[in-house]
Amino acid sequence: MALKDVICTFCGSVCDDVQFDTENYKGKKFCKLGSSKFSKKERIKSPTIEGREVSYEEAINKAAEILVESKKPLLYGWASTVNEAIRLGVILAEKVRGVYDQSASVCHAPGTLAVIEEGLPGGTLGSVKNRADVVIFWGSNPMEAHPRHGLRYSISAKGLLVKGRKDRKIIVVDVRPTTTSRLADIFVQVSPGYDYLVLSALRAIISGNADVVPEMVGGVKKDTLLELAEIMKKAKYGAIFYGLGITQSRGRDRNIENAIKLVQLLNRITRWVIWPMRGHYNVVGAGEVPAWEVGYQYAIDFSRGYPRFFPNEFTAVEVLRRKDCDSALIIASDPVAHFPKDAVKHLKEIPVIQIDPHPNMTTLVANVIIPSAIAGLEADGTVYRMDCVPLRVKKVLDSPFWSDEKIIGEILRRVEELKG
Amino acid sequence: MHMLHIKNGIVIDPKNKISKEKMDIFVKNGKIVSEDEIKKDECKVIDATNKLVVAGGVDMHAHIAGSKINTGRTMRPEEMRVVRTIANKFRATVGRVLLTSPAIGYEYIKMGYTSAFEAAQPPIGALHTHEELDSIPMVDKAALPVFGNWHFVLKFVQENNLEKLKTFIAWALERTKGFGVKVVNPGGVEAWMYGGNVKNLDDQVPSFNVTPREIILSLIKATEELNLNHSVHIHCNNLGIPGNYQTTIETIKLAKGFENDKRQVLHVTHVQFNAYAGDSWRNVSSGVEEIAKTVNAMDNVTIDVGQPIFGHATAMTGDAPFQFTLHKLLGAKWSNKDSEVEGGAGIVPLVYLPKNPVHALQWAIGLELGLLVDSNKVVVTTDYPNGGPFTEYPYIMTMLMSKKMREAELQKVSPYVQKASSLPSIDTEKTLDEIVHMTRSLPARILGLPNKGHLGIGADADIAIYNFNPLEVDPSNDFEIIYRSLKSAMYTIKDGKILAKDGEIVQEHWGKTYWVDATGKVDLESISNEIEEYFGYYSVEVRNYGVEEEWIKRPERIVI
Repeated sequence: MALKDVICTFCGSVCDDVQFDTENYKGKKFCKLGSSKFSKKERIKSPTIEGREVSYEEAINKAAEILVESKKPLLYGWASTVNEAIRLGVILAEKVRGVYDQSASVCHAPGTLAVIEEGLPGGTLGSVKNRADVVIFWGSNPMEAHPRHGLRYSISAKGLLVKGRKDRKIIVVDVRPTTTSRLADIFVQVSPGYDYLVLSALRAIISGNADVVPEMVGGVKKDTLLELAEIMKKAKYGAIFYGLGITQSRGRDRNIENAIKLVQLLNRITRWVIWPMRGHYNVVGAGEVPAWEVGYQYAIDFSRGYPRFFPNEFTAVEVLRRKDCDSALIIASDPVAHFPKDAVKHLKEIPVIQIDPHPNMTTLVANVIIPSAIAGLEADGTVYRMDCVPLRVKKVLDSPFWSDEKIIGEILRRVEELKG
Repeated sequence: MHMLHIKNGIVIDPKNKISKEKMDIFVKNGKIVSEDEIKKDECKVIDATNKLVVAGGVDMHAHIAGSKINTGRTMRPEEMRVVRTIANKFRATVGRVLLTSPAIGYEYIKMGYTSAFEAAQPPIGALHTHEELDSIPMVDKAALPVFGNWHFVLKFVQENNLEKLKTFIAWALERTKGFGVKVVNPGGVEAWMYGGNVKNLDDQVPSFNVTPREIILSLIKATEELNLNHSVHIHCNNLGIPGNYQTTIETIKLAKGFENDKRQVLHVTHVQFNAYAGDSWRNVSSGVEEIAKTVNAMDNVTIDVGQPIFGHATAMTGDAPFQFTLHKLLGAKWSNKDSEVEGGAGIVPLVYLPKNPVHALQWAIGLELGLLVDSNKVVVTTDYPNGGPFTEYPYIMTMLMSKKMREAELQKVSPYVQKASSLPSIDTEKTLDEIVHMTRSLPARILGLPNKGHLGIGADADIAIYNFNPLEVDPSNDFEIIYRSLKSAMYTIKDGKILAKDGEIVQEHWGKTYWVDATGKVDLESISNEIEEYFGYYSVEVRNYGVEEEWIKRPERIVI
């Protein structure tokens, strides 16, 4: 057995205490999701152009040609690769005057819009583990989506002031019972689409206006809300972790805005933080890197030679629906499996370049396919955990596949040559 | 071999006691050399006849990289609507006050600045800070990690264990690839984790039997014994609160009893925000006279200004409780980041309005500091982006040199400054030599960078040439010419390469990232138990903490 310390590159928890047996290709300490990622899976075997096996150089050449010949290429994905590749991808998008968008635009982007409105009063996961005596999971279900989050940071984690599960009150707010709600001290079931109202009611109660709150709000009894408000006020340090349950239901960014306003209010009484439960291991990097390179997190159009941000227009789904791109580079993502039908329809009609270690639905529509090394196993690089804490994932296996960083770097170099 | 001959310039080089002398400067392999070391027929000649030639500017305190400015960018897309350059041979750049990383590098170089230091690096975010520093082209850079609320520090100060504190500082600088010891509201940010703050130097920090005074004194002692390039660099307690000038003076006096023959032992940063007399925003006034008296009477303390520039700004500091206060005061959006057991940070947008009495007073206080503090002790900064853009340094420089310009500007601001500050009655006009010192040789000396900020033999060939003749132009009267010239250098030369000409970028270049390695002076083993114990309170493994040198584009290790 050859056990090596690795960092998991599956979900936004980015567990950095796990190990990998390089001889038997097997992980240790991983959760189910991580184990599955760190086990042998079908790979894209070789670079191909229209199904014909080619060398990396040929595929990269073809990819560069497609990008240079397009009027407006879409460069989408990025959430499951490292910052080094993302940075080159942003520069590539700027160079070819395309659109840069990343997976957040179909999951946590409403949270980003809320940050634009209200900011984000938050903290690292270590602060939560050390200090949070009340933790609320709102529309999020870590036991399924981030299985070791509770153990490492938020439910049973042993911290400086809060020594474990007994010292911590766990509250789950969701539209149905979940595996996380089964572990919770309190489960509050909200009618689907009524989170905004429940958040408003809590704000009213905490600001001393309980009298305006009706007996029932969004399927929740006023008494329950009064109790919840009391717990929130009495917390020494509270944390709200929100998930797609409120970013992708009625209200979307307005739900998050309201939750942030609740946290602003609570900080006038005690300490509270709020943070999104980001999904992919580096979806945070896919937003942070373009923010420092070109000013925005996602939905960035470079067709005028400078970055413009407009989420209603420049997200991948909108660009595809409008047929506003004439080629696409898809990296570390599977839009064909996840995008609406009319968006996928356009993807089928334009040249598509795919960069991914594994075949997926998008492979079926891709014209140029470039297999890549798996970051965290066959390639190293920087990723940002859901709380923006940077970690350098490791390379512990040699691989015949090129890293995303090398592939994008070579495409960029070739594009620069072609453009002269 | 790359060689330059800068001909017939009018040189101001305060460190080498050169004042407006007509002379030639020679450059070879990125360094300034003597005339006999170059071959004149192979040299590129730059005609600087009757133009001002100075060392490249050194910005010793700006927030240019890392999670704070990037959260600022994310929160404020409105800042990014200002397009500076369209992608062509160089990168597209955008930003009003908050700039993208490429824009930061380009704008410094256009202005003749060649080095910039990130003034607050959250230790666990060090890798992020370095990624952003690596995305800033053109200039040399470094980062100061924040120590004043870090539990290791509080513990070693509480135990009065100087050896372990020194060891920890060396460990932390190595892990974060940091340059020196930054302290932000010592003890106050830890108190914020419980919803509080500290109010004076002798308040006790919650859960630790220590006070801000003890934290500061211990960190000065440790930094001096390690003999780091830079001294302790402090953002004082009570920032942004009327009456705080007394805390600032008390803090400055803590430097008494320490000595260093090369540099100060305490650098107090963005003092403008800590120079308020009065007891509320209704009767706030300037406390600069007292502060200036204290600083001028001591020979081991330096300060920088933190000048507000009218217009937009974004407050971003490691002083999380202050940022929350500002959010309440302005009703503005607010980001906060509590950081493991290390401290915290906050971000709040704001705008300085000339007709607002408090903003006008802050503006006046910044200028008072520049005028009343000895030129050998005060550096020009805006605490970018807290006071505003660094691109307006020329405004501050020109204002300090021209009473006439100040009088014109005073007409535009709230009359409140007439009674609450002494700016209108200050006749001092700094000389061009003093201003060159305050933006070049002085910050280089304060940071402990002997090859920066001057044009002597062996110095880095970081040079700015400005389009005016200092022998003819009178800064007091011709302030418009001076302002315009300083805004865009005729030439900016970095590491011997011409990077900007007439305010336009002509070549991209990647500068060095300095970090200070003091691990040879300590026994790292001696704190391994504490490291292990406290990493139980981290959410990452100690083996995954920190930044390796090979991850940085052009690291420059300074071994102590």
